[in-house]
Amino acid sequence: MTTTTRAAAPPPPTRARGDVRGARRLFVVRELGIALALVLLVAVTAVYNPRFLNAQSRKDLMLGATILVVLAVGQAIVVITRNVDLSVGSVLGLSAFATGKLFVALPDAPIVLAFLAGIGIGLLCGAVNGALIALARVPALVVTLGTLYVFRGIDYSWAAGQQINAADMPGGFKRLGTQTLLGIPVLALFAIVVLLIAGFYLRSYRSGRELYAIGSDPAAARLSGIRVGWRVFTAMTVCGGLAGLAGVLYAARFGTLDAAAGTGIELNVVAAVVVGGVAIFGGSGSVYGAALGAVLLSTIGSALPVLRIDPFWQQAVVGALILAAIGLDRALTARIASRLRGRREVRGA
Amino acid sequence: MPERPEHPAALLALSGVRKSFGAVQALVDGRLELRAGEVHALVGENGAGKSTLVKVLAGVHAPDEGVVALDGEPVFFGGPADARAAGIAVIYQEPTLFPDLSVAENIFMGRQPLRSLRRIDSAAMRERTSELFARLGVRLDPDRPARGLSIADQQLVEIAKAISFDARVLVMDEPTAALSGVEVERLFAVVRSLREAGAAVLFISHRFDEVFALCQRVTVMRDGRWVSTDPTEDLTVGLVVRRMVGREVSQLFPKQETTAGDAVLRVRDLTRVGVFEKVSFDVRAGEIVALAGLVGAGRSEVVRAVFGVDRYDSGEVAVAGERLPRGRPSAAMAAGVALVPEDRRQQGLVMELSIERNATLTRRWSLSRLGLLGPRAEREDAHTWTGRLRVKAGHLADPVSTLSGGNQQKVVLAKWLSTTRRC
Repeated sequence: MTTTTRAAAPPPPTRARGDVRGARRLFVVRELGIALALVLLVAVTAVYNPRFLNAQSRKDLMLGATILVVLAVGQAIVVITRNVDLSVGSVLGLSAFATGKLFVALPDAPIVLAFLAGIGIGLLCGAVNGALIALARVPALVVTLGTLYVFRGIDYSWAAGQQINAADMPGGFKRLGTQTLLGIPVLALFAIVVLLIAGFYLRSYRSGRELYAIGSDPAAARLSGIRVGWRVFTAMTVCGGLAGLAGVLYAARFGTLDAAAGTGIELNVVAAVVVGGVAIFGGSGSVYGAALGAVLLSTIGSALPVLRIDPFWQQAVVGALILAAIGLDRALTARIASRLRGRREVRGA
Repeated sequence: MPERPEHPAALLALSGVRKSFGAVQALVDGRLELRAGEVHALVGENGAGKSTLVKVLAGVHAPDEGVVALDGEPVFFGGPADARAAGIAVIYQEPTLFPDLSVAENIFMGRQPLRSLRRIDSAAMRERTSELFARLGVRLDPDRPARGLSIADQQLVEIAKAISFDARVLVMDEPTAALSGVEVERLFAVVRSLREAGAAVLFISHRFDEVFALCQRVTVMRDGRWVSTDPTEDLTVGLVVRRMVGREVSQLFPKQETTAGDAVLRVRDLTRVGVFEKVSFDVRAGEIVALAGLVGAGRSEVVRAVFGVDRYDSGEVAVAGERLPRGRPSAAMAAGVALVPEDRRQQGLVMELSIERNATLTRRWSLSRLGLLGPRAEREDAHTWTGRLRVKAGHLADPVSTLSGGNQQKVVLAKWLSTTRRC
């Protein structure tokens, strides 16, 4: 046996460096691709009808995307851990209605209090989801499908058919929905801040990277000493908190609230996240991609009427986008895998 | 090699460890004593409790009874993180990497180097990974994702991980099972240098040549119990086997004289562009043919193509003179070909299904009546085969994932042997 000398000799390089970089670039391209689709959509629509890009319309586009972006950031954090939160729409509704109720009861309440209440309700709902998933070990899909109805039910029985009107809201709070800062609606700034914080956290912090590890292989994560249950609980709680924040933003934007606010939005959110390149089985993707996906979906919603396309087609377009995104992911994964897999490596090993 | 005293104190010791999973007593009396600067072998039949013992060491399972002592002090591991903090690194039978994350992140997960604001310092992480790889003589890009790494490279990443936190105890659960000769030598060189650096290495293997080449002491386990611990030089293969099995075994693998008949499987000029080229061989009745080669030489690919899981570009496969259509496993099965794949978790078993259902999966048509599959038919049939192969299981209705690795492999064998195939 030619032990040590032989063994110490470096094996043939598994892959050239450039290829791996190339593989990484493909993922950046993934997000650029969505951005490009967005630019193209806006450009075509603007050529068709230049008013699509005037100041008011730009503001509407940003406002329209705000709530979906906030929800998509939360959802992306959860999906990265190989879970899902279907209850975000109901949490949004609950939080929005609570905000309205708060101002009806205390017309002089400071705006900060509304935010704290809304986010608090969201965190609580998220914690309920997280505890059921982490402690009772029930799959997130089932838990949040259940709480989707439970939270909405609480919302309905609390509202008891009552509607809160914009007139019940204090002026300062309503102005929040219309004010702009440097041309950007104040509400959209919330979404941008949330996005940047979440993106920074997931990229640069150990606990953020652990979320990716959990989604990539939960069993291996447990074996490497990651507190999987606790991390998933936190991710669900944060997602709930962001849904709560989205509820307050919803109240500020629309003013008129009933118990049905945000019904059905959870599927738009999941769609945005998937279109944005977050793998539905966890482990990869970014909140930036998810946010871009949200902006793209909400812009499609605004652009189709301008392009005089029957709004009924919107659903079909969104569906086609989801399928395209998944198809693209499969193709990219296959391509990266074949790039990374050296000839000497065993298939399926 | 640094001098080793005659009886150095145990670095890590387990005594009287007991662990049950429901009705299955995985460990009845687990004992182990690892010394610094030694490679210690743990051998035993499948289901002897080796992997459970490892998981107790790793903090994955808390023992029902018994003591784990580090440097003579009893310790309690609340989880894998505790064991790791105590300097115990485990390389499991099944790889435990995160396919979506980079190799560097895989190594430093949870321990990434930090810079200001407790942010991860990815440059430092990449650099330290490169240093580790240089030390191991590996050329892997720290930035590449773990997805697509060969089993051998995955193991090297695991070893790099163990070295990165200066593990005092390194546990390797059948690390060589998927490696070829050259890779095994490379792994052994690393293990020897770790031992010389004063680490205690626990080495679990079914290959006696490796055990005798690498290890200083050998602990034998049987049916969840400690049997013996002896220096390697006092042992022979025969003695170890006798203790493992608990009775006299005349010969380990008795070779039987047979006369080979006609060629049953004929493979001619099988080619898949870029993977293998013009592979031809015959397998005759009553014959065992070995397909040898390094990892990545294309052995598994050829076999998969023969069975019809993968397609091939040209050439032909014939069973008993009948040509098999390419890419159709069902046709291969009908012709009497069985495939026991290399990766049982991914390719051999449906982990969530019961033992009996897995064992009878290949015959669900012949066992059914009027197209309906009754539980009794499955159970009786599974009972026969798991009995013949001595699968150690609590209950045949339990999911196959509850079995130990070796017993899972037996179920894969049962599934195919029971079809009484031609090749």
